[in-house]
This record gives sequence, C-alpha cells and structure tokens, in this order.
Amino acid sequence: MNKTVCDLIITKQTQLNYNNFLLELKCPEIIENIKPGQFINVQVKDSSKTFLRRPLSIHNVDYSQNTISILVKEVGEGTSKIVHSKVGDSLSVVFPLGNGFTKSHRGKKVLLIGGGVGIAPMMHLSRELNEDGCDVHILLGAKTKEDHILIDDFSRYGTVYITTDDGSLGVKGFVVQHPILDGNVQFDHIYCCGPEVMMRSIAQRAKSLNIECEVSLENMMACGFGVCLCCVTKTKEGNKCVCSEGPVFNINELEWQI
Amino acid sequence: MANLRVKIHNLELENPVMTASGTFGNGVEFDDFINVDNLGGIILKGTTLNVREGNDYPRMAETPMGMLNAVGLQNKGVDYFIKNIYPSVSQYKTNVIVNVNGSSIDEYVSLAERINELEKISAIELNISCPNVKQGGMAFGTNCVMAERVTSEVRKVYNKTLIVKLSPNVTDIAEIAKAVVAGGADSVSLVNTFLGMAIDAERRIPMLSTVTGGLSGPAIKPIALRMVWQVSKAVSVPVIGLGGIMNATDAIEFFLAGATAIQIGTANFIDPQITVKIIEGINEYLDRHNFKSINDIVGGLQM
Repeated sequence: MNKTVCDLIITKQTQLNYNNFLLELKCPEIIENIKPGQFINVQVKDSSKTFLRRPLSIHNVDYSQNTISILVKEVGEGTSKIVHSKVGDSLSVVFPLGNGFTKSHRGKKVLLIGGGVGIAPMMHLSRELNEDGCDVHILLGAKTKEDHILIDDFSRYGTVYITTDDGSLGVKGFVVQHPILDGNVQFDHIYCCGPEVMMRSIAQRAKSLNIECEVSLENMMACGFGVCLCCVTKTKEGNKCVCSEGPVFNINELEWQI
Repeated sequence: MANLRVKIHNLELENPVMTASGTFGNGVEFDDFINVDNLGGIILKGTTLNVREGNDYPRMAETPMGMLNAVGLQNKGVDYFIKNIYPSVSQYKTNVIVNVNGSSIDEYVSLAERINELEKISAIELNISCPNVKQGGMAFGTNCVMAERVTSEVRKVYNKTLIVKLSPNVTDIAEIAKAVVAGGADSVSLVNTFLGMAIDAERRIPMLSTVTGGLSGPAIKPIALRMVWQVSKAVSVPVIGLGGIMNATDAIEFFLAGATAIQIGTANFIDPQITVKIIEGINEYLDRHNFKSINDIVGGLQM
C-alpha cells in the first residue's frame, strides 16, 4: 500500500513481561500488502523530550480485522508514553515504511533469528513464510528467562530454539552459539533482527556457512521515508538510508568487515 | 478565500509556502502524502559539483524541541542531478528551486552555470550557510566580503531569480544580508541551522560523528523570527523566512516579522502533510481577520 499518515486506534494493549508490551492498532483506511520487516513511525503525544516520531517494527498484520500489532520495549520517555496508552486512544502513525525481507519459496529451509526486542518483525515473517510452505525454524535469544516472550506464539509457525545469556532457559550463551548454527543443519536463508553486535556475529557465521542472510538495521532516523538522510549505513554502493532503502539489507550489500 | 499569491523577484508563487532544502528530498518522496503542486515551491536537497558521501553516522541527535543534524550535503553531484532527478522534478507544475553548494567560488559559479541551462528550474538558492562541511559552506556566509563576492560572481552567470540562504551563526545577520544584496541577490532566505552540539553523558561521547551539527526545529524559532525581522528592515529585497515553523500560527508570525514567503523544514519529518495544512491555516487566518491578500500582513507587526 502507499505510505500514509493516519490516526490508528488502540484496540488491545497487553503487557507481556516487565518491559515489553503488545499493542494492536486498528486502521481507518484499508490496509493491504504490508511486507514483513516494514515499520511504522509513531508520534509521541505530551512529551516535551520526544520531538521526533519513534520507528517501530510491524509485529503482525490481521487483514480481516484491519489491524496491525506492534511489540514495544519500554526504554525511554517516548516508548513509555506509547506503551502506556490506553485502549481507545489513538496514535498518529506514518506507515508502512521501508522495504521488507525477501520471500523464500515453498520447501525452503529458513532460520529466523531474533535477539531481544529484535524478535518484533519475526512474527509477521514467520507466519508468512509458514503460509508459503517454507520449513520454518526460529531462534530467539534474550538475557534471561524473564526476558523471553511470545515463545508459544512463535511455535505456531515453526520450530523454536532458545538461548539465554545466563542459561536460565534453553541453551546458555548468545544466539550465534546455538548448535543449530554449527553447520550440521543446512539452511537456505537466514533472517536476523537484533542488536547490531549480534547481527554482525550472525552475518559472519552465515557467510562462513555460505547461507543467504538478511539483517534488519535500526539506525536513528528523523523522517522515516528517505529525505533527512540521517540514518545512513555504509554499503558497497555508498551510503544508503536505513529507513527507505532498508531497514532490511542482504549482508553482502553492507560494508561490514565479516 | 484570500489571495495567497506572492512574488519573489521574477518568481511567482501560488502561495507563500515552500519547503526547506534537505527536508523535502526531491519532492517525489512526498507524492504518497500530498499533492506537491499545491505548494508555492519546493527547494530540493543541496547539490554540489561532485558526488559527496556526507559525514559518518551518527548524523542526527534529538534535542528538546528540535534536532541536530550533520548530514554534510550527501548528494550524487550535479551531473547525476541533471540526468536522473531533473526529468522527474520537471513534471511538477509548482516552482522547483535548486539549492547550490560549493567549496570554492569557482564551484559555485560552475554549478550556477549548469543549473541556469535547466528550463524548469526557476531559481537557485545559493547556500552559503551549511554548518556541516569542512570547506566552503558557512565560511562564505559568515563574512561580508566573501558573501558579497560569491554572490556577485554567481550573479554574472545566473540570470534567473537568485536567492541567497543566510547563516544565523554570525554577529550581525543584517550586515551579511546587505552584502549579498549588494552582490546582486534577488532575495534572501533565513535562517539555516544554528551550530550546536549534544553529548551522551553516560558514555562521555559526542552524539554526532562530527561533534557539532546544525540545530533546527521549534527550539530555534524565536531567534529565527528576530533575524527575519532585523533583515527585512535592513534590505529592500523580499525575505524568505524559515526556522522552526511547525504550524500556521508560526508561519503568520514570520509574515508579520517581514517575510514575503516561508519555508517549512524539520516539521516535514514529523508530519509529511504539514505544508498543505499550513496553507489551509494561513487561509483561515486571513479570512478570520478580513485580509484580502497575504501581502497585507507582510511586515504587518503592530508596534
């Protein structure tokens, strides 16, 4: 669908753990053809510190209800105002922004990796890849057991693997240390979203295993649609805007020393 | 409906609302959100003679009621502009203005010569005020002699409307305005961003890769307004006002201070439809106060 600015009504607000919230937003216009990996840019009301909109991944889409959901981690004043909005409140949103992940074909074995709140776009992606007949595997990493959310929801769309930094759930260590990535399982495609240090380690592993890999970047941005040129990342074709030319990049495009 | 038409030298604007360079891309990025032809004019992202990659990330820091940027004139150069961007912006019916930047007088002159050949481009905005480049830019805009010289050299090769964009990072902006008018400027636009900086106290590092950057947004509006007022009293050419305009009331304040037209900048990032909303708001204001024309309120501050 074309990019638009509109007021979305909050129809559900669920606190998932101590700092993560799931919001369901109903759109007055018909939403269509939103790609996994695209994002929305939300205006924060009543916050003198928060001048710019806050870019947030689209977590899932329900075309039958004309709703999208967003997974938001409460970090600063901006995200705090957003997650503590009430059902019935409206949020001014610019969307859908950015390019999504590329699709994989039926029968392909795909691994989706989410670290921390980087799991946000993976629900929409895992659902669509599952519907498209891919063999979906999902690796979720977080600091502790308390930080892990939505595991049951993810398991509807694929086989879920877990890591925690402290070993309180699943394999102890970072996602890159999970045995699923030791090279014995041959994946056709890896999709990754999380802290940049994590994505770089996954990119390095994917490259050494010769697996196609896409990462979703999260640079600071002002506009969200490619005019301010603030959120650039270095690529083989020069600086590119993460907002309008990403946020998803194939690792071969990026100037990452991997 | 009041008459919103204004004139900037030979440039005829259907309404006085334009977009500030660097905040509106090449216009096409806004086609999903608004009908760009409803604006008085658009000023494209700054162009240089050669390709510029711009500064390293991070280039932006959010600040109370504003933001700092240190983009550093990232653009693909004038040849790319003429070949790839000019054909699409030529489709617009509204005025399309190119923002021109150089690191030397020769570069400014060469660029102006190239742009002069482009039929659809009705004016240039000579940017002598970019705070984010090492050479040129603001160096020309903070010195009366240099400002006059670069303007007069460009004037010799450019025969359409010449707007000069002024830096606020000076002791007396009215003196700079007088210098560029003496050099042949048909209009001045002000203000560009204020040099500022932001620090991450926890990590004890600057928030921008360049340490300093340009401050924009409502935080600068009172200073921009004061400068527009000072300049409009000092020169006889039309003044284009900008700096932190977020709504129609802000815009009206700039007209009252002496601006003939205005530019909307950072507000485009927050609301990509803000320009058309501001045009509606200006109309509403003029009707409510029984003014027949926007020109009736230009410099209309009651003292």
